[in-house]
Amino acid sequence: MKCDGIPSGCAISGMMSEDGRRIDGRIIIKSIACMHDRSNGLGGGFAAYGIYPNRKDMYAFHMMYDNIEAKEATEEFFKNVFNVDKDEAIPTQRENGVSNEPILWRYFLEVPESKLEFLSERDYVMKTVMKINSDIEGAFVASSGKNMGAFKGVGYPEDIGRFYKLEDYSAYIWTAHGRFPTNTPGWWGGAHPFTLLDWSVVHNGEISSYGINKRYLEMFGYKLELRTDTEVIAYMFDLLVRRHKLPPSLAVTALASPFWKDIDRMEPEKKKLATLVRQVYGSTLLNGPFSIIIGHNRGMIGLNDRIKLRPMTAARKDDMLYMASEESAIREIEPDLDVVWSPKAGTAVVGTLKEEVE
Amino acid sequence: MESQLPAEFVVNVDHERCRRCKRCVINCSFSAIEFKDKVTPNHRLCVACHRCATFCPESAITITENPLDYKYGYNWSPEIRKNILKQAESGGIILTGMGNPRPYPIYWDHMLIDACQVTNPSIDPLREPMELRTYLGAKPEAIEFEGEHDNISLKTELAPQVKLDIPVVFAAMSYGAISLNAHKALAMAARRMGTLMNTGEGGLHEDLASYTDRIIVQVASGRFGVTSKYLNNSAIVEIKIGQGAKPGIGGHLPGEKVGEDISKTRMIPVGTDALSPAPHHDIYSIEDLSQLIYAIKEATDYKKPVSVKIAAVHNVAAIASGIVRAGADIVMIDGFRGGTGAAPMIIRDHVGIPIELALAAVDDRLRQEGIRNRASILVGGSIRQSADVVKAIALGADACVIGTASLIAMGCRVCQKCYTGNCAWGIATQKPELVRRLNPELAADRLCNLLTAWGHEIQEVLGSLGIIAVESLRGSRERLRGVGLPQETLDILGIKHAGIGQ
Amino acid sequence: MKIDAKGLHYRPMNKIIRDAVAAGEKEFELDNVGGQRYIGTGLNEPVKITINGTPGNDLGAFMNGPKIIVNANAQDGIANTMNAGEIIVHGNVGDIIGYGMRGGKLYIKGDAGYRVGIHMKEYKKQVPVIIAGGTAGDFFGEYMAGGLIILLGMNGKSPIVGDYVGTGMHGGVMYIRGKVDPYHLGKEVNCLELNEEDMKLIGSYLKEYCEHFGFDLNEVMSGKFTKLVPLSHRPYGNLYVY
Repeated sequence: MKCDGIPSGCAISGMMSEDGRRIDGRIIIKSIACMHDRSNGLGGGFAAYGIYPNRKDMYAFHMMYDNIEAKEATEEFFKNVFNVDKDEAIPTQRENGVSNEPILWRYFLEVPESKLEFLSERDYVMKTVMKINSDIEGAFVASSGKNMGAFKGVGYPEDIGRFYKLEDYSAYIWTAHGRFPTNTPGWWGGAHPFTLLDWSVVHNGEISSYGINKRYLEMFGYKLELRTDTEVIAYMFDLLVRRHKLPPSLAVTALASPFWKDIDRMEPEKKKLATLVRQVYGSTLLNGPFSIIIGHNRGMIGLNDRIKLRPMTAARKDDMLYMASEESAIREIEPDLDVVWSPKAGTAVVGTLKEEVE
Repeated sequence: MESQLPAEFVVNVDHERCRRCKRCVINCSFSAIEFKDKVTPNHRLCVACHRCATFCPESAITITENPLDYKYGYNWSPEIRKNILKQAESGGIILTGMGNPRPYPIYWDHMLIDACQVTNPSIDPLREPMELRTYLGAKPEAIEFEGEHDNISLKTELAPQVKLDIPVVFAAMSYGAISLNAHKALAMAARRMGTLMNTGEGGLHEDLASYTDRIIVQVASGRFGVTSKYLNNSAIVEIKIGQGAKPGIGGHLPGEKVGEDISKTRMIPVGTDALSPAPHHDIYSIEDLSQLIYAIKEATDYKKPVSVKIAAVHNVAAIASGIVRAGADIVMIDGFRGGTGAAPMIIRDHVGIPIELALAAVDDRLRQEGIRNRASILVGGSIRQSADVVKAIALGADACVIGTASLIAMGCRVCQKCYTGNCAWGIATQKPELVRRLNPELAADRLCNLLTAWGHEIQEVLGSLGIIAVESLRGSRERLRGVGLPQETLDILGIKHAGIGQ
Repeated sequence: MKIDAKGLHYRPMNKIIRDAVAAGEKEFELDNVGGQRYIGTGLNEPVKITINGTPGNDLGAFMNGPKIIVNANAQDGIANTMNAGEIIVHGNVGDIIGYGMRGGKLYIKGDAGYRVGIHMKEYKKQVPVIIAGGTAGDFFGEYMAGGLIILLGMNGKSPIVGDYVGTGMHGGVMYIRGKVDPYHLGKEVNCLELNEEDMKLIGSYLKEYCEHFGFDLNEVMSGKFTKLVPLSHRPYGNLYVY
C-alpha cells in the first residue's frame, strides 16, 4: 500500500567518522531517542554506510513487500535484470511498539554486462528502482546503494532501531530520523530515510516548493510516486551530483541558493557562478522549512533552508562529525566535543571520508 | 444610407449643476457633445470613454446605456441584431478594438491558490526576503565544468539573459496603434521598475533611443523600421507570428494614422496604409522560422535573446515545441482574450483558445520533451490582476505581459474604439491635440504604481505559500486547485479540484 | 581576406568575417561556398564580399552597406529586410528575394523564383531596387509598398512573370519588359505605358546593370516595357465598418 505524502515535523541526527572507523548502531539510536518528543511514533528510520564490506561492490537492495505475491513478482523481475548473488531475510526481532511489518528482504545484486549497452550502470539501477516502485504492486525499494542500507518503519525510531537489531551493524556514517506526521500513515515505505542508489536523506520540515521540484525531476525521468518532499531531495542530489556532475558544494548552492541581494555583492567570478546556478537550477531551489542530512558513500552533508526555519546543530570531536536537530542529541553520545556550532542558513556542513579510506 | 442603428449610450447632463464651462465639449474627441446655448449631447456619437464626466468640475454628466429594450430573445441578442444592421448598411467587416468581451469562461477565476497552515509556515513578506527576480532566456540543461576536483573551471557559456525585477512585462503595442507619449510612458516605467516594454511592430521612435536596454523590439511581417541598428539596440528581439486578438490575421494601420513621425519610424511614406500580412512571407514552415531566428542571431552576434510570439490556437503545444526546437530563447503566447488596436470582430471574438489552457498545455509538452529549460515562457492575453500573474506562474509561465491593464493604468476606459484614432485619453491616437493629453511622466508614475502594487501583492501570496523566491512558484501547480471545473479541464490545467489534499 | 569555406559551418565563418570587418578588413573572397547561410547578414560596413560557390539562404539579410558578388546561382531569401548595399548574382536566384527590402540594389543576371520583392518599401531617398534579367514566378511584388523592380525576360522564356503580380501592391513601381496578360495581374495594380521620365529612370539603373553582366544596354532598352503601379495607397480602406 503506497499512500499519499503527509506533512510532518521531525527529528534528525547524523554522525560520521571521517577516518572511516566503523561504529555500531547503538550510538545513533541513543542520539535519536534523546529527541523522542519530536516524533510521534508514526515513523523512524536509519541509514548506514559501510555495513556490507564483504559485498561492497554489489547493489544491496532492501525490499519491503506487502505480501508474498509482491515478493514473488519482484524476484521474478530480478531474474531478468540482475545477477542475484545472495538474498536473505533482513534480521529483525520482536519489539514493543512495532507491528504490521511488511516482508523485509535484502538482495545483493550485480548488473549483467549485457544490460549496459546504452546506459551507465547507475542509470540502469535507478530505472530499475523506479520501475519496481511504480509497477510492482506491493513492492517497495527501501534502499538500493552499494555497501549501505536503510532500516525504517512505523514506530518510534529507537524501537525501529532495536527491531532491526542495528547493534549488529557497524558503519562509518549513520543518519537517523524520528517522524511526526500530521495524520495517520501506517505505511513503512513512507518513513525516512529516503534513498536512491547511494543517496539517503533524512529530513525535518516540509518543502513548500515541492510542486515544481517534482515536475522538474520528472523532466529527467524520475518518477515521484511517493509524493513526499524527502524523495525529492534524494533525487535532486542524484541528478545534480551524479548525473550533472556538480561538485556537492555547488549542488547545495542550487538547493539553498544565496539571495540575489547577496549574489549581487559577490566578487565577479563567484557572482557569475552563483547567478548561473540560480538561473539554470531555479526549479531545484527548496523553499519552506527544512533541515536535512544527506548521506552518500563518501560523506555526509547537512543543510538548512535559506532563512533557517528548522533547527540544526553541528559538532566535531577528533575525526567525528555530528549533526542533529538539537545539541542535546549530540551531547548525549559525545559530551566532550571539540567544537559545536549552529550552521548558517543555507550553508552546508560537509563531512568527507578521508581519501585514503576505502 | 440612413442608419437605423440606435444610440448605444445616453449622455445625461444635469443642467442645474452645469455651469457651462464647456470643458466637456473641449474634451469630447468623438464630437458627442456640442454647445448650443447649453451643453447638448449627440447620444449616437458617445462611446462611453468618460472623458467628459471625468473632467466636469460639477460632476454634472452621467452616461448610461441606452435603455432601449429589444424584444427578448436569448438567441438573437441585441448585440447580434445591431451587428446585422451595421453590416446591412455598409457591407463591411466589423472592426473593433481591445480584447474579446464575450462571456467565455475565465479559468483564472476558477483556480484558487494554496496557503500554509501549521505544518509548514507562511512567511511574512514585510519582514523576510521575497525574491521576484526573473531571467528571461534559454538555459542549458546542466552547468558543465572542465577539470577535476579542486581544479575545475566553468565550461558553460550561458545564452543571453535579460533580468526582470518583477515578472510582469508590458505587452507589444506599436507606435501607431498607440501614441508616442504612451510609448514614452511605458519605456520610462519599464526602466524604473526593472522590466521591459515592447515596440510592437511599428519600429522604434528615435526619442526612445536611450531606453533600448529595456525594450523588446518586434520583427513582424511588415518589417517596419527593422534595421540592423534596431535589432542591436534592444533587450530582446521578438518575431511576431500571431496575436491573441487576431490569430492568423495581419495588422493594418490605416493611412490616415501614418503622419510624419509614424512615417519616419515605420520608414514608409506619409499616408500609405501600413499593412502587415498575416504570414511572414519568408516563413511558410517551421524550418523557415528557424532560418529567421538565426538570421536575427547572426545580425545581433548572438547577444540578444530571440523571442517568438504566437497566438494561442488549438495545436499550441506542438507549435511551441517546434519554436523552441527552432532555436527561440523565449516563447510568448498570447491568449484569445488579448487586446488589439483593431481587429475584425469575427476573429477577435471567435478564434483562438484561452491562455490558461494554452499555457498549461505548452508547459506540459515542453517538460514531457525535456526542453522546458531551453526557453522562457511569457504569457499574455488578458492578465487583469496580480492574482492572474501568480496563477500563470504557478501553471508554468516565467512572466506575464500586460497590455490592456497597462493602458487602463494610463487612463484607458476600454471603450473599444482604438481603431478610430479618436482616443480621448491620448493613448490610442496620433492626433497631436489628443496625444498632448497624455503626460508621459504622469502616465509613467501610474504604471509604476500599478506594478509596485502588483509586486507587493505577489509577495504577499508567496509569503502565504511559504516560499521566498518566485522560481519556487514557477510551474508549481500543486499549489493551485480548481473550483467548478470538469475533470477534463482540470487534467489539461494539471491541477486537482479544491478539496483534494496532497 | 581569402576564406576557404569548404566544410565550414556558417556560424564560425560569419564570425570570422564579422571580426575581420571590425578589425578593418575591406575585401573578402570566399571560395568553395556551399550553402552557408547569412553571408553578409547584419554587416554595416561598405566591404566587398566575393562568393565563389552557392551561398545559402538569407544572403545579405538585414544588410546595411556591403557589396556582395555571387559567381554562381543563389538561393532563397536574398536581401531579406536589407537596408543598404549591393548584391550582384551571376546566375539565377530562388524564392522570396528582397522581402521587406528597404534600400540598396539586388541585380540578378538570370531568373528569380516566386515572391520577388514582397513588401518592399521606400522612405524618402531610400529606394530599394531589384533587377532580374530572366523571368520570375508568382506573387511578383506582392504587398509592394515602395521601391523599384525591373524584370527583363531576356532569355525568351514565357510567361515572363507568374500569377498574382502586385497583389496588395500599395506603393512603388514595377517595370516588366514585355506584355503582361491582365489575367496575371493582382486586383490592386494599374497597368501603364512608360513615359520619358520612366525611360530615363530605368535607363540609369539598367546602364549599371548591363555593365555588371556585359549586356547591351541599347538592346535591353529597345524592348517594350509595361509599367505597374498601385491603384491606391490604401487598397483595403473600404473593407471595414466601425
